[in-house]
This record gives sequence, structure tokens and C-alpha cells, in this order.
Amino acid sequence: MKPARNHPAYWAFLVHRVSGIALALFLPLHFFVLGRAIDGEAALDGFLRWSHRPAVIAAEWVLITLLAAHLAGGLRLLALEFLPWRDWQKTLAALAAAFALLAGLAFALAR
Amino acid sequence: MEVNELRVNVWRGGADGRFQQFAVPRRASQTVLDVVTYIQRRLDPTLAYRFACRVGMCGSCAMTVNGAPRWTCRTHVDRVARDGALEIAPLANMPVVRDLVADMREFFDKWAKARGQFTPTRTRADEFAVVKPASRQRMEADAGIECIGCGVCYAACDVVKWNRDYLGPAALNRAWTLANDARDGGQKARLHAVAGDAGCHSCHTTMSCTELCPKKLSPTRSISGLKRATLAIVLRGEDGE
Repeated sequence: MKPARNHPAYWAFLVHRVSGIALALFLPLHFFVLGRAIDGEAALDGFLRWSHRPAVIAAEWVLITLLAAHLAGGLRLLALEFLPWRDWQKTLAALAAAFALLAGLAFALAR
Repeated sequence: MEVNELRVNVWRGGADGRFQQFAVPRRASQTVLDVVTYIQRRLDPTLAYRFACRVGMCGSCAMTVNGAPRWTCRTHVDRVARDGALEIAPLANMPVVRDLVADMREFFDKWAKARGQFTPTRTRADEFAVVKPASRQRMEADAGIECIGCGVCYAACDVVKWNRDYLGPAALNRAWTLANDARDGGQKARLHAVAGDAGCHSCHTTMSCTELCPKKLSPTRSISGLKRATLAIVLRGEDGE
């Protein structure tokens, strides 16, 4: 990371972009899985059984964390652009990161 | 090389130049500008660089120091040197004239494109405009008015790198201070000028400008103000006029 970019707001920007791209790539996969239901209950159940493998659950955890990061980061950006300015923008970025980690942790505990 | 010496790599030549290493004696309270001046006065008088006031007022001595744009006259070597070494280059996002001198024409031309000129509405025969210091508009203008035009924010901005037409943080900050000037008569043209593809809505809020501004201003704050002001015009249906 270049020194001029190595600060929390730039990291927040990067996380928002990367999580957005990752979620956009995931969506076709999500619709593919839903589409399996059209082929019958057995096909979908077969896939869902496969999805209980530890590696898939780990990937799901990453996905949930990215989704939470994108949601919280998006709310941070909306607040930055549409609400009166606050000088504690780094705190907002830290809160967004904390929300994402907590959401990921909650998912990990639930599984 | 002595322990009390700095290893300083200095950019020489134009865009296709290279770094040249110098050894500079380490001094107490030494600034990066002191280092560059030492090289030019004692080691190589052909070194080109730009400075004027030496006290953080004129905005002419900004350079890239160890990878980040800084005002060199107020940047102490203690703060930026890594393992006794400095790398000094001209500001990024601007053409190189020679050595450490960047061509700032495009940077200032963009101030003009952002309608950074005051448009008076009164003559000397009129009464003074009364602007209350505690008014919201005055406070918004105050938050951005101390810009010295050093170009640090412009050099730090990735959006400028990605979109050469982007007006940049300093020009948009100037536009926002004028947008909050109750005496100015050029508001509609100004907001129209900053609302295009090269204007405020291109900002990705990476906030490197705010992080590195030597005057601790927040161009991101100004740009978000312009975003809200231009959106308000669209919502009021005044954008077609």
C-alpha cells in the first residue's frame, strides 16, 4: 500500500469496492442454486447437503462478513454524503468494520 | 556514510528521469526543505525546486516525500525519514518540469473551471454586506477558506489519477467556500460547473486529500456539501434552467 493511501478511509473505500464486486460475482451462483429447485426437490437437497462441508461454510462466513461490511460501509457513505458533516469519519469507518466483524462472528457462532 | 548523515534520493530530470543519491548532514529540527536547499546550495547547484515563504503560507514547496505529498517547509525529517533515508520527488498527478518542480498550470486551470472566481453583486457605492460569523454558511466557508493552493490534495487524489478531467479536491473546496458566500452572484453557474462527470460526484471519498492536507482542511467535507447542493437543485427542478 502506498503511504499516501495507507489510512482508514482508504481502507474503508477498498473494502466497500472489493465486497461489492465479490457480492456481484456471488449473485449468479445464488440464483443458480435457487434454480436447482426447479429441477426437483432432490437436486436442491443434494446441493444443500454438499453445502454443509466445512469449506463451504467457511466461504459462507466470508460472504456474510462481506455483505455486512458492504451494508455498513454503504450506510457510512450515505451518512457522509447526505447528512451534515461530522469530523469523526474515521470513527464511522471503525463502527462499520465492527458491525461487519460482529455479524461474521454471530454467523460463525450460529453455525 | 556517517551515522549522522541522511541518504537522500532526489528525482532528477523530467518525466523519464531517475533518482540521484546525496548524503546530507543530519541537523536538529531539520525540515525536508532544509535538506533540498542544502543539496542545491552545497552539492549540486543545478537542482531545480520551488519554494518561497518557508513558513507554510505560500503553498509553493510541496513535493512527494517517501511516497506521500507533503509541504516540505513544515515537514520535519524526524517525522518522515525511514532508516535514515528520504526519497524526494515532484508532486504526482502533474507534469514534471524538471527535478522537483511540477507544472501546476492544470491544477490552477481547474480552479477556474470550477468557477473559483468571486462574482461580485455590489459596487463600492453599496453598503457592506453583513455576514454573521455564527451563520451556517459563514461557518461552512470558514472550514475550507484557509487553503494555500499547495497541490498536496491534488497529488494525493486517486480520482485525479483515474480521470484526468476531474477538477480535484482543491478546486472543489474553493467552489464550496464561494457557494457559501452570501455576496457572490455566480452560484448557479458554479454549481452547474461542478456537477458534471469531472465534478464533485466523481469523488470516491477515499479521503486521501483530507488525510494529507497540511492545513488540516477537509476537501471531502466541501465536496460532500457540493454533492448535496447540486442534488438539491435537481430535486427543486432548477437544473434545466
